[in-house]
Parts: sequence; structure tokens; C-alpha cells
Amino acid sequence: MGRRVLVTGLGTFWGGRVAQALEADEDVDVIIGLDTDEPQVRLERTEYVRSDENYSILSRIVQATGVDTIVHTFLVIDSTQASSRTVHETNVIGTMNLFAAASAPGSTVRSVVVKSASLVYGCAPQDPYWFRETSRRSATPRTSIERSLLEVEGYVRDFATDNPHVRLALLRFSNVLGRDIVTPLSTALALPVVPKLAGFDPRFQFVHETDVIAAILFVMSQRLAGVYNVAGDGQVPWSEVASIVGKRTAPLLPYGTGVAAGALRRLGVVDLAPEVLSLLRYGRGVDNRRLKEAGFRYGYTSSGAVRAFAEEMRLRSTVGTREREYRYQEDVERWFRHSSAVLRNESNR
Amino acid sequence: MPEADRTRTSRATRKQPDRVGSARGPEGETAALVHLPVPERHDTPWSVDPTRVGDVDEWGRSENMRALARKLYAPLYEKWFRVEWEGLDKIPTEGGALIVANHAAAIPSDAPAIMHGIETELERPVYGLADQYFKRLPFVGTMWARTGGVVAHPDNAYRLLREQQQLVLVFPEGSKGPGKTYNERYRLRRFGRGGFVEIAMRAGVPIVPIAVVGAEESMPILFKLPALSKALGLPYAPITANMLLLGPLGTVGYFPAKFKLRVLDPVSFDDVEPDQLRYSRSRIMDESEAIRQRIQGELYDMLRHRRSIWFG
Repeated sequence: MGRRVLVTGLGTFWGGRVAQALEADEDVDVIIGLDTDEPQVRLERTEYVRSDENYSILSRIVQATGVDTIVHTFLVIDSTQASSRTVHETNVIGTMNLFAAASAPGSTVRSVVVKSASLVYGCAPQDPYWFRETSRRSATPRTSIERSLLEVEGYVRDFATDNPHVRLALLRFSNVLGRDIVTPLSTALALPVVPKLAGFDPRFQFVHETDVIAAILFVMSQRLAGVYNVAGDGQVPWSEVASIVGKRTAPLLPYGTGVAAGALRRLGVVDLAPEVLSLLRYGRGVDNRRLKEAGFRYGYTSSGAVRAFAEEMRLRSTVGTREREYRYQEDVERWFRHSSAVLRNESNR
Repeated sequence: MPEADRTRTSRATRKQPDRVGSARGPEGETAALVHLPVPERHDTPWSVDPTRVGDVDEWGRSENMRALARKLYAPLYEKWFRVEWEGLDKIPTEGGALIVANHAAAIPSDAPAIMHGIETELERPVYGLADQYFKRLPFVGTMWARTGGVVAHPDNAYRLLREQQQLVLVFPEGSKGPGKTYNERYRLRRFGRGGFVEIAMRAGVPIVPIAVVGAEESMPILFKLPALSKALGLPYAPITANMLLLGPLGTVGYFPAKFKLRVLDPVSFDDVEPDQLRYSRSRIMDESEAIRQRIQGELYDMLRHRRSIWFG
């Protein structure tokens, strides 16, 4: 019997891509995707289940389907996308329900992959220049998004302690850039002038979106357990990021930045969350050697990811935003998956 | 106000397979990140990005900026302070080493003198560890990082000394050294909690002590304003002799004191294994105190032979 995989956050960028990649894997028999929103990419055999944001339905699904692997990509790491209430429901309660389901008596789950972010290390002047997976935070968390991700870390730790038979991998990604992903930093870089804090030029570390998907699949296929930082080689000063993208920088006053950021948000220019502002002040670096030692090869360095992003942005400025090629239609998808008219043999899988 | 104190607040991480175990209580739970044991290997070379366009390296240094700073500082070094070295050959020309020195002057003038001297004479870069306070300052903090300043974190020190085999400069007195008033000059403060010894042991590198004479008189503190320093978030707010004599220029202008630097015999810890989780606290404190006493002794010796503050 092949593997049976549950992907949370199927409607997110990551969940959809991971499911697409899993569909190509013949060893994977069943893929179930959970999300509050419909998938945004075309999926052939993944079964989409609509759920509420805190996954109260999850334990029923795990029991009914007997999945052996859960890929948890649904954590919110961008606080501008959701209210702090939603962040709490999704990250904390969602993860709690997920691990509750996975550790229920008679659970068939043997492998869990959690996609988190290097945001958990925080961002403070006293930080080491490169966080290792074993490093501690240097400062107490101030934002609700960081606190929620730290609670997730707590659930991960408890689950790992209580369920030594389950292979658990936690991936901490640094800031992601790429063709499709929209993050606060990519939005900032897409502005006519790039915001910066006057007098500060911190080092940033990026990872390309394809490397993110590759890392998740790598961890699954290599059956890795443990915590891994995922980030491109090297660090790039923010001024150099702006110059690669070919933009001038607009300095914000380094004092009272919260007020200036609030004004920019209300004007609809850009939403610079507190954790992004502290990143623009002090930057953050993570040590990516552990995953490399496990055999993973990055496609992009930090500056390579910025360059690739700049190229995509230039293309977009010429041809415009591409139409979404795919729209999820429930009846069509159900027909494809369950109609007796559709030929089901190995070749059209 | 370079500072070594931070070097033992958390320990270099290498051989610490299980940090989560030390989480305490519900507060500690959130502070400690989850750690799942993974077999550690450390033979992967540190890779830098070869396709970069800028020249700001992984430590925030820029060679262009450093070349410029050297050019601007050279007249000050040669003509103003007339820096004189003794025993420069005791500084290793290859391999990592931790340089420690006494620390003085309201805006410390010893760090650039030591770094410039070693970099020009030995043609080896020196990384100056300093308090995170610098990183908080706009403009100044960026310039500080571009010209060779690194936040004094044990992980940073370990990476520089052990993995990259660099020369690292640290002032174990921290901000207590430059923050002392003129009547206490050349009397060394406590050497923190000996974190610099522990780092050197863990990194398996020698400690090279340097005794500096002259910095104390380049910008002596007459008295301090504790209320102001508290209000501004500064380590100390001094009124210097320079301010009284030179007016506004005195906030940054040094007196032309004659600098004499004496490099002492390096201390190696060949009997302890590097990369240990912990080292004997008593051994660390003994070594730290011994180094402090030696620097103090040399300072007294140098002062005995000094005929003039301005001409040496």
C-alpha cells in the first residue's frame, strides 16, 4: 500500500504546490487537502476538504482516511494577512488540533512535517549573526504572530516527546521571494521606491520559493526528522537588495517608525508590520548548514533569489499580471474524481 | 564601549545537543525554541555567495569602506597619537587568536588604534567585538559594522575564531573601562565574568593580551551624569576634559596623547579540549584574573617609564 498524505493549507501557495508535486509521486496513493479556501492550482487527484480555520474536523478525517503523513503548511507567518484573532485560531488552535488528531489512540500518522519560519528566532540587536537550529531567542516576543509561532514550537516539542515513534520535521524558512509568492517584503520591493530606515542597512537572508517546495519534499522523501533552517547562502544588505531590484530607497525616520508605518498603511501604500520594521532595523541570518549536511542542494543563493525576483518583476511590469489560469469548481472537480466515465488506469494518473 | 560581558550570557551552541531541556516554567517554554535531536556534523565548509554584486560581507564589513576608513585614520594614528608598538611579533600571523586589552577614553580611542596597527603591520583583518549598543545607533552603527565591528555574541566569536580562524579583539572590561573617571585611570575594572577565556577555550585559540598606555589621557572623563545617561539610554554620559577645553569640538576631538602598546606573551589552553559544553568555572576565573593581573602589572611598568603624557 502506498502512502496516504494529508496536506493542510491546500489553498495556500505552499500547500497547493506540495500537493501538485505529491501527485506526480506514484508511491503516494491518497492526497487529502484541507483549507478554508479553495485550491488555486490545478490538482488531478487531490481530494479537497473545506474546513474551518482551526481544523476541528481534522481528527475525524485522520481517523476515517488512515493517513500516515501530515504536511502542515497552513501556519500564517505574515501578520498583515490576518487579524491577530485569526492568526491565533489558525496557528495555535489549528496546530493543537492537528497534533491532537495525530496523537489520538490508534492514530495511523507516522510522519509530520511542519512549515514554520525563522520569525521564531525574533530580531534584536543582541542576536547572533547566524541563528543555528539550537539557538535561543535573545529577546522576548512582542508581536502576536511571533507568540503564536512560539506556541506552535511548544506543541511540536510536546508532540515529539510524547510520540517518539512519529517522524517529526520542523522547517524554519527565512524570508521567501519568488515569482508568485506575495510577502510584506516583496510588496515593499514592488513599490516605486523601496522603504528603508535611515541610518540602518541590515543584512537579509532570502530563500527562493522553489527551494521552499523542494525542501519540504526533500524532508519527506529523505525521511528526515528534526529542526532545519531553510535559507539561501549568504546575506545581502537591504541597500543591495534595492539596487538589484533597480529601485531607489526612501528612508523613514529611525525613531517613531511605528507612527510612520501606520500612516503608510492607512494611505494604502504599504503595510509594514512591526516584525518587518524590526527586520529593516537589525536584519536576521540563519545557519543553513544542517539541511545541506543532510544532502539538500539549494537552487538559489540569497542574492540569487533577489535577482530571480527582480527578473520576474521586470517581466510583470512589461506583460502585466498574468491571469489566474485555474479556478476551482466543485462540481467539475468532483465529476473528474468520481465519475465512471473518467478512465482510471496507471497512465492517466 | 566594546564589551565582552555578553560572551557568556548564552554559550556557543556547537556541542549543545539539547537546549530545550533547560526551558523553565511556562515563560521559559516560549523563550526556548523546540529542539529535536539531529546528529550533528560540522564538516560542511562555510559557503559564501559567489555571485554577489556588493562588497558587504557576512559580518557586515565592506572592504571599500575599510580602505577609506584606514586612509582617513592613518594621519590620526601616525601624527596625532604617534602609536608605538612593542612585541607585535607575538601576534600570530595565521590561525585564530583572541586579543584582549585594557579599555579607556570616553569614546574609546584604543580599539581603532589596535585594529589599524595590526591590520597595517600584519596585514591581517581584525574583528572588533563590541556591545550591541552600537548596532542600535542609526548611521554610526552601520559605519561601525562596515569598518569591522561585530556584536559580541558567543556564537559570533566562536564562528570567527574557530571556523574562520580570524583575529578577534575584545575588551573584557566592557563599558566599565571607558566609563571610569580620570582619577581611576589605568586601574583595570573587573574582567566581566571571564567569558572571553571560555570562548578562547571553546574555540581552541590562544589569548593575546595587550597593554595600552595613552588612551586614558586622550579623552578623560571628569565626571558623569547618571540621570542623563539613563534618559538617553547611554552606557554613561560623561563630561570630558576635551569638552571643557575645546567646546563642542571636544565631544569628538581627542587630546594628542602618546600611545604605547605592548603585546604580552600569548596564553594558550592546550590542556583543555575545544568544543566542550562547559569549562571549569574556577579555571576560567583564575585564567581571567591572571590575565588581568598581567596587563595591570605591565601598565604600571609602562607608566613608571613614561616621562610625559604627550611625548611618551
